[in-house]
Amino acid sequence: MRHEHLVTAKQLSRADVEAVLDRAAEIAANPAAVRERHSDALLGLLFFEPSTRTKMSFETAIKRLGGDVVDMGSVDSSSVKKGESLADTVRVIEGYADALVLRHPRQGSAQMASEFVDVPLVNAGDGAGHHPTQTLLDLYTMREAADGLDDLTVGIMGDLKYGRTVHSLANVLTNFDVRQHFVSPESLKLPRSVRYDLHEAGAKVREHTDLETILPELDVLYVTRIQRERFPDENEYRAIAGEYQIDEETLEQADDDLVVMHPLPRVDEIAPEIDETDHARYFEQAHNGVPVRMALLDMLLENARGDAE
Amino acid sequence: MSEHELRVSKIRNGTVIDHVPGGQALNVLAILGIDGSGGEEVSVGMNVPSDRLGRKDIVKVEGRELSQDEVDVLSLIAPDATINIVDEYEVVDKRRLDPPEFVEGILSCPNRNCITTDDEPVDSKFEVLDDEVRCVYCETIIREDLADHIDT
Repeated sequence: MRHEHLVTAKQLSRADVEAVLDRAAEIAANPAAVRERHSDALLGLLFFEPSTRTKMSFETAIKRLGGDVVDMGSVDSSSVKKGESLADTVRVIEGYADALVLRHPRQGSAQMASEFVDVPLVNAGDGAGHHPTQTLLDLYTMREAADGLDDLTVGIMGDLKYGRTVHSLANVLTNFDVRQHFVSPESLKLPRSVRYDLHEAGAKVREHTDLETILPELDVLYVTRIQRERFPDENEYRAIAGEYQIDEETLEQADDDLVVMHPLPRVDEIAPEIDETDHARYFEQAHNGVPVRMALLDMLLENARGDAE
Repeated sequence: MSEHELRVSKIRNGTVIDHVPGGQALNVLAILGIDGSGGEEVSVGMNVPSDRLGRKDIVKVEGRELSQDEVDVLSLIAPDATINIVDEYEVVDKRRLDPPEFVEGILSCPNRNCITTDDEPVDSKFEVLDDEVRCVYCETIIREDLADHIDT
């Protein structure tokens, strides 16, 4: 992989994805080998939105590579509160850190920020836009569970309109021989921009409003949260949300080897009874964020070091 | 000059924008920043018959040439337009529009959550696709009513 920044999953070729996942597998198999690999590296964490998994896994990743973090902290305690622009914030923090991780509520924020800095910048979620590192760990999990990323039928269900993890995943899966089924309420279907990309890529795609008909075909079911805050009417939300919940009864029609994934946090999309079944991979998925982000940071920091020499 | 074009009076020096899709003439004026308050001499023909387009608009502006930015935006709403430069009542240059790959700083992104709508030191930037444009930052695609998003 030879990128300065990771802004969208669309910039990742099949070879890029395989390089990161292979490196992540090496690291997971022998984490001691990279313990001091970036002992002089500082990672700047700029989280303008709340985050648990993404932020902590980046922090864990750089520390397991021997480095450390400088953390902007909450928006309320930063200069953002004084009206500082994002462009100024990233230009200041790049002077402190060797790489930046940015989460921001505005779509396109990572793209814009990357135009103002020379150190590697990683998009950790830009509003309803993209979340490329989530996609890399999703693919890592999928590859481990399904023994490869080709000849797969993947169902992606939930809030497809605003779900940034869905947008990134759908884009990257076009690099592989994957049939994609999208399941959502009419009001939360894929946005036009993602449809455009899928069409341009010649992806094998079908859209549905219910899971029942295609569930038996699926190798992977990727569930996302239907976001209550998107609905002006609570009753409308309840009526829809109930249709998109997975429990043991739902999965009676599924293949025994079906892999159920979720970027988390979940609310009630997946019943707790699924957690103990062989289908459930979402906690493993979250844990995989560490080796995958270690691999990515390792590669980006190496690229930056090579450029500086 | 055809009989149809004679419906709009000739100009002495300036620009004739011809083969504009029917109904887009007022948007062309908006792109050029012409609202009449500047005293410009402008002739407009709307929905006149056209062999090529069926119906077309035509805009003639006295004493005015177009900047590249203006030509770029025109190409989005009137890709088949021709631009005729007139000198002493004669057409001295005739150009077809060539849509650019990107337009910068001349369209507003309709996505209220796009970073370009914040107070950041960045211009809007759109990739020009076949019959639509796409925000380089938030990826929102605009197809219909493109003229509504032009910063004038």
